[in-house]
Amino acid sequence: PPAHSHSDWIGPPDKHSNLRPVIFYVPPEESALERRLREARQEAQACNQRFWARHNRTFRQEKEEFIYSRLKAKGLEMRDESGQKATLNAEEMADFYKDFLSKNFKKHLQYNRDWYKRNFTITFLMGQVALVRALRWLRWKKKNIEQ
Amino acid sequence: GLFVWRLHSAGMQKVPCQFVHLCRVANNRLITFQYFNFLKRMYVTQYNKDLSQRAKPKPDSIVSPFHELQQLDQEKKVIHKISPISPVHQSWSETSSRSELREIKSAVKTEGLVTPVGAESKEDRQWKEMKLRLDDLPGILARLSKIKLTALVVGTASAGFAMAPVPFELPCFLLASLGTGLASCAANSINQFFEVPFDSNMNRTKNRPLVRGQISPLLAVCFAASCGIPGIALLTLGVNPLTGALGAFNIFLYTCCYTPLKRMSIANTWVGAVVGAIPPVMGWTAATGSLDAGALLLGGILYSWQFPHFNALSWGLREDYSRGGYCMMSVTHPGLCRRVALRHCLALIGLSTAAPVLGITTWTFPVISLPVNLYISYLGFRFYRDADRSSSRKLFFCSLWHLPLLLLVMFTCKKPVLEKEDKGDLLGESHERAVEIRLP
Repeated sequence: PPAHSHSDWIGPPDKHSNLRPVIFYVPPEESALERRLREARQEAQACNQRFWARHNRTFRQEKEEFIYSRLKAKGLEMRDESGQKATLNAEEMADFYKDFLSKNFKKHLQYNRDWYKRNFTITFLMGQVALVRALRWLRWKKKNIEQ
Repeated sequence: GLFVWRLHSAGMQKVPCQFVHLCRVANNRLITFQYFNFLKRMYVTQYNKDLSQRAKPKPDSIVSPFHELQQLDQEKKVIHKISPISPVHQSWSETSSRSELREIKSAVKTEGLVTPVGAESKEDRQWKEMKLRLDDLPGILARLSKIKLTALVVGTASAGFAMAPVPFELPCFLLASLGTGLASCAANSINQFFEVPFDSNMNRTKNRPLVRGQISPLLAVCFAASCGIPGIALLTLGVNPLTGALGAFNIFLYTCCYTPLKRMSIANTWVGAVVGAIPPVMGWTAATGSLDAGALLLGGILYSWQFPHFNALSWGLREDYSRGGYCMMSVTHPGLCRRVALRHCLALIGLSTAAPVLGITTWTFPVISLPVNLYISYLGFRFYRDADRSSSRKLFFCSLWHLPLLLLVMFTCKKPVLEKEDKGDLLGESHERAVEIRLP
């Protein structure tokens, strides 16, 4: 993002976590409230990034292992004659999906609670910041009119 | 690049015209390839994957029929280019093109190629300024509120209104439709607000406004409030308190029960089905002011319809659900998934037969609807037995035209109001009462 920009910039989805990173703009006269908001957003972003990158990586790895073990059980290789990667069909993968979901169930519950809390906090802080800014603007307007 | 046109779930923009056509075509009962292609062209929508999108009940993915099927044989992608406004200080130019939907019929029935859209991914790979542009706002809000799903929800509410055994009143109808639409927008927005990181990780939902940072969460919540509060107020004050209460309850059910429940237990499907069933009940109560058996029957039909619709859809999304942490029957209890779908297809037959018994329609309704219901039950049975992608897709597509057709037939078989008035003073009194309630 350009150096002179006064707003946040959002980028393309991350390869591992599929989340879009945000670069936050730090205004020169950032109030304490605004700093709290920015830090909360940065923290949430980092936390989300960590969680999903690791989760997706685990998913991919376990999926590969599953496919490999199933193919081996069937006596096939990872790649067939034409060099194409052998895959299992959806029904065979269904066992893996079910297993993966139940294994990660607790992890997701924890993450959900965490995410909801963060989301509400951030949105509430945004509301506060917006309110403060609006009041400030109104005061400035009033001053201008009185002058 | 190769643009493949992907089928999006139904977005019924102009319901009446499509109904007529559907009627004509459905009479053949021959689902030809051409017919399916027509349906697909008709049903272009944006991808709103997310259960909440399920059948339309207001906010519901489950309820919304707008699930995106991932790997269809006849998969075609719609390129949707967003019309960008190039800001003055942006150094690189965005690919400015008008938003257009391009359809290309795929000639090959099997093994459709799924190639990513060149233009879309290019825009995706750029860094964007997180600044709200007023020109973009309508489009963004439309996507936030899942406007097409909302339209469908309002459609079912209208069906409920139309089926009520009272003379049609236009102002009441309009108020009820508007109120329902606003409530649906609010619920959908809150749903998206809750689900940002999950939506980012699923193919169907990764282009939503909050995921892309086109709008801030604060604005999304404000929008939801500014739709929901007037919407419910409109329903409570302009129509009647019962409808308002149902609307508020539905919003609550969708945002606070269904959405979190999606990640906790498979019970979400049933809750979602209720969410989908409430709008027609609301339409009915808007017209009559009371919750009769007819309202419940209509709600029951929508409720049962959700299951074959959603379960068939979710069959193809198992990978995304598993990775995303969503607890869906198709992943955890596949047998149950198929059983429930079949069970409810059959229930539809029973419910259709109950309609004349309750005096809502004439006896022609079960007779005419029987072939339609039998067909979807047959597909439900095939899905139950085969449990594969093709049967799930067939069932899903059938559900897309089955519901509008059923509602249309129901409406045409509606018992004439005059007949009922002849049946004595009691009915006449209740009719007057209903009129009184409607007066604001």
